[in-house]
Amino acid sequence: MAIFLNSDSKIIVQGMTGAEGMKHTQRMLAGGSNIVGGVNPRKAGETVEVEGKSLPVFGSVAEAMTATGANVSVIFVPPAFAKQAIVEAIDAEIPLAVAITEGIPVHDSASAWAYNVEKGLKTRLIGPNCPGIISPGESNAGITPWNITGKGPIGLVSKSGTLTYQMMFELRDIGFTTGIGIGGDPVIGTTHIDALEAFENDPETKAIVLIGEIGGDSEEKAAEYISKHVTKPVVAYVAGFTAPEGKTMGHAGAIVSGSAGTAQGKKEAFEAVGVKVGKTPSETATLMRDIIANL
Amino acid sequence: MDLFEYQARDLFEKHGVPVLQGRIADTPEEAEAAATAIGGTVVVKAQVKTGGRGKAGGVKVAHSPAEARQKAEEILGLDIKGHVVKRLMIAEGAKIAQEFYFSVLLDRSNRTFLSLCSVEGGMEIEQLAVERPDALAKIPVSAVTGIDKALAMEIAMAGRFPEELIDSVSDVILKLYDVFVKEDATLVEVNPLVLTEDGQILALDGKITLDENSDFRHERDDMERDALDPLEAKAKAMDLNYVKLDGEVGIIGNGAGLVMSTLDVVAYAGEANGGVKPANFLDIGGGASAEVMAAGLDVILNDPQVKSVFVNVFGGITACDAVANGIVGALNTLGARASKPLVVRLDGNNVEEGRTILKEFNHPLVALADTMDGGANTAAELANG
Repeated sequence: MAIFLNSDSKIIVQGMTGAEGMKHTQRMLAGGSNIVGGVNPRKAGETVEVEGKSLPVFGSVAEAMTATGANVSVIFVPPAFAKQAIVEAIDAEIPLAVAITEGIPVHDSASAWAYNVEKGLKTRLIGPNCPGIISPGESNAGITPWNITGKGPIGLVSKSGTLTYQMMFELRDIGFTTGIGIGGDPVIGTTHIDALEAFENDPETKAIVLIGEIGGDSEEKAAEYISKHVTKPVVAYVAGFTAPEGKTMGHAGAIVSGSAGTAQGKKEAFEAVGVKVGKTPSETATLMRDIIANL
Repeated sequence: MDLFEYQARDLFEKHGVPVLQGRIADTPEEAEAAATAIGGTVVVKAQVKTGGRGKAGGVKVAHSPAEARQKAEEILGLDIKGHVVKRLMIAEGAKIAQEFYFSVLLDRSNRTFLSLCSVEGGMEIEQLAVERPDALAKIPVSAVTGIDKALAMEIAMAGRFPEELIDSVSDVILKLYDVFVKEDATLVEVNPLVLTEDGQILALDGKITLDENSDFRHERDDMERDALDPLEAKAKAMDLNYVKLDGEVGIIGNGAGLVMSTLDVVAYAGEANGGVKPANFLDIGGGASAEVMAAGLDVILNDPQVKSVFVNVFGGITACDAVANGIVGALNTLGARASKPLVVRLDGNNVEEGRTILKEFNHPLVALADTMDGGANTAAELANG
């Protein structure tokens, strides 16, 4: 069983008719995702041919859900309009909204998140600034290369896109239930902890890889959560040991402020609760191999 | 992006936060002219983004324009914790009765906003939080509903302001929240917020951090930014995500996480190779086109400290053959400027095709690595050679 996304998921794409939206709609379809339509108020009523499939364009998320039974939305809307797109998904109470968009102002993410909380968290938000979620062999909502790995017993949660790909690729012979890129922004929806909880409750997931990076305290909180609530084996990797203080390293959230948010601090938090931390991505993959071999 | 004090003062003024006159001066002559324009006693303040300016001699009172000029001469060029003073703010003098503290910031950990407030101001907030935690009120602020008059009063009361000041202080808090929201700030801090002898509440010194993701909806083009390293400026002009570091192994990769990880792996490899270190962070993004690869290589090869380059790309959306063609294109574009050894590690989609392209290209400076760790080792060895 995969978490949050599976072969029953019906996906719509907000911003499908834009360049990025169209490119990735094609890729998701090629990988077997069940895309049922797109949303663009200016093109409502039109139909778009993608990968031999005729996809209707709707005026709103709510309309698309009513017409197609969609339960997942992937958002490729540009930064200036992304908050409105996320709020629209929340208003429609779609169960899962995946915001891929990079560069959203943090006030917009914070207010979209506060709005989601106010509305009772009926929508699980993943991202923004993330590669999305993939349940190999079942469905892919986002930009992860669909053929990177197969189905298997590992669950993965990561702040970084390319490190996710790297890890999935290294362990592709073992495979994954679900891989979630939660994103590298300061304010995100789904957290490391949310994913850990779901993987813990998923009978098919046997072990978990957690990838973190400098900035914030998500990893420290995850370590505490693991010590109290996770019985499955977890290995971790943290990027950014050599990052200088006060410099943003690519991701808007990847910044060491004073002594807070350092890779060393995160590593120590994991090790203090018995979670092994790989020194490099390949060492982390090796740690996971050992765990799987001894299950 | 952290602002200079004078920039924070200007944004306060723009949004109606009460501030004193302040004028920038880059020379002693300008300082004298500013002091003349302001009149009376002024304070000459170094514009550097670090604490402890006063102790370091970066803040001085002047009672006349001539004295302002003299103080400016003393302060300009001072090195304050590694920040050389190039600009001053000449601020109107104030008769301070009492000093307070207020800030509103993004509380990343709780995914909300947070206001901090205390009637005890004038010291570093970290120190106050440790020594007198009870005196520092922490009130969460919803990113949807924000701060209204009632919440502003609640904040002032929680900060233990005396009753007669609650109304005037809460008015200033409302305006500071305006600055926070309308300017897309992640931090607005006033320390000290003061009560003057004639009963006015003023923001005497402020810190603002702006969210650069919001640049598109503000006019910030003319805003003074931190002086960039020349290579960082060149990279920025080419729209590259580059951070200059102090090391010998140039790094190019795709994706922020993978590049950070590459820096770490190179640093480990350096431990066994004369202590060489990564020279930079450079994320060329998911695309990894020939143009971007050429631009990235160009920046890195212009760094005189760089002795070898490690290109570490995971082919995801862009497959490895496209990345390999990008490298070939980049080296052809750069010609003789590509003068340092390049270790290339490709992995992911179409990795074999990518490696074949580079093998056939057979460039004398390009070596292929099978793994990220192996590539980092080779690059570190070459940089140590």
